[in-house]
Amino acid sequence: MTFAVHRAQRAPLALACDARVLLPWLVSFLRDELLRRRGIKHAVLGLSGGVDSAVVAALCARALGPERVTAFRLPYRLSSPSSLADAATVATALGIHLETIEITAAVDGYLETLGRSATVDARRRGNIIARMRMIVLFDQAARLGALPIGTGNKSERLLGYYTWHGDDAPPLNPIGDLFKSEVWELARELALPDIVVTKPPTADLEADQTDEGDLGISYRVADPLLALMLRGYSDAAILARGACPEDVAVVRRRLEATHWKRHLPTTAVVSDTAIDSWYLRPVDYGVL
Amino acid sequence: MSALDRPLSVALVQLSPEKGQPERNISLLTDAFSTIAGESLDLLVLPEAALTGYFLEGGVLECARTSAEMAQLLGETWQRVSPRPIEIVAGFFEIDDGVLYNSSIALSITDQHILTRHVHRKLFLPTYGLFDEARFVTRGRHLRCYDGVGGRTAMMICEDMWHALVPTLAALQGARLLIVPSASPGRGFAPGAILPQSLERWQAVLRHTAAEHGCFVLYAGLAGFEGGKGMTGASMAIDPFGELLVQAPLLEPMILRVDLDLTEIALARAALPLIGDLQEIAPDLLSDVYRSRGVSP
Repeated sequence: MTFAVHRAQRAPLALACDARVLLPWLVSFLRDELLRRRGIKHAVLGLSGGVDSAVVAALCARALGPERVTAFRLPYRLSSPSSLADAATVATALGIHLETIEITAAVDGYLETLGRSATVDARRRGNIIARMRMIVLFDQAARLGALPIGTGNKSERLLGYYTWHGDDAPPLNPIGDLFKSEVWELARELALPDIVVTKPPTADLEADQTDEGDLGISYRVADPLLALMLRGYSDAAILARGACPEDVAVVRRRLEATHWKRHLPTTAVVSDTAIDSWYLRPVDYGVL
Repeated sequence: MSALDRPLSVALVQLSPEKGQPERNISLLTDAFSTIAGESLDLLVLPEAALTGYFLEGGVLECARTSAEMAQLLGETWQRVSPRPIEIVAGFFEIDDGVLYNSSIALSITDQHILTRHVHRKLFLPTYGLFDEARFVTRGRHLRCYDGVGGRTAMMICEDMWHALVPTLAALQGARLLIVPSASPGRGFAPGAILPQSLERWQAVLRHTAAEHGCFVLYAGLAGFEGGKGMTGASMAIDPFGELLVQAPLLEPMILRVDLDLTEIALARAALPLIGDLQEIAPDLLSDVYRSRGVSP
């Protein structure tokens, strides 16, 4: 007789999450951290017009009610007008407060104090912009009795594609363990305006900037590679699953070069009671 | 660790043999072997009672073979179709010194030799519901691993696997690959079920076992109807994270090809080091069992 041969396919390099399950979970996280643990009823966040901050805004609105969420547009003179418009579209769709604070004067004011001879490249200026936005957000949170909520995703955290002590500064982040691909899934589940789900991701720190252009790889390609690397797969094993060698090299290099960015500052240990070596207490230990 | 530095190439051969005709079923086996003889394969797994069918009742006596006879029969069949080295695991009814067992044999075959690596005799003989095994065969009394092409390996036959202790003891002996020849009649067709409930339970048991111990699990199921009882087939491979890599269709004789990335064992055990934890305290726990039964270990 003839035997049919059924061949197992290697697991595709794809990520999948069930946004329907994830969504209430993340809303519960925000309620627990803000309301139960801190007694804070108001959230602030920067609304860039991109998908990450739109998702976080929507989660905050569900957790606290839209009237207790204030989103800030924090444009610099190079910011894209379309980003501002998209942020407004999101705020309107969610029914949250939207305020706009131009940071050009603050950023350029600092740059001008350096003198005309100073040459500040795009990277330095981008970091200044990102940190200035956090200065504003923390201050506005203090004004409103609110807490700033982070909007960085796992992909950019792993690739080191953010400003240290800038984008990563807020004490809470509901999407920091979600790959960009998963954030997109969540955005669809939240029925966010199409424009923020479909447009190319951008840090919008320079004209015509895109994440893909800066990183040399798209999140759709990078995310499954990161997922395998985090589980301990060697590059050879990942290549055997059909990945492109150039992509693996880019992702591996960025991952390995940015461990420091995912930690607090390195402290010289000189005692037996060093914080985080001996003096260890969980983040939710004690009374706030 | 296995000496292999490449994926382990496996074929699960889902047979539907003619009842009680081991020699005649050799032609079936030859057809199956011929289908994949040209491939680079490391391990080939056949179901429980692969060459005879499962429900033999008193016919076990006529159909049983010694392990040496089975080794020769399987080995020579492979050698006739391929000079390539292969490891074969197959379930069969064994006779040894007049005693009958439901066994599985692991063979290492080249064009020069047929070497028996290990024979496992089924420990748990289902004798309830549809089954009457203990009436016709004697239970095995030992579970031992052997060093196969995929590294330390244990065979367990059908119900052996449903007792969580059995794969646990194999894992404690260092097993990284669990091979399960099986003959399971499908039963339980509840509203809304996609698979027979018996098969859903199989999946749950195999996946949980693989994940708990960080082992690959290979399940080869006998296929087709035996006097109204539908042997599910549904052969499957599960990775050490407990993920179902692939599952064959129900009932149909066929060959399932799958490559196992053995490096995933270390990754899975690093992520969930349960077997390492158990190895530390298992001797204490087991000595408590002996003590409670008033016997010395």
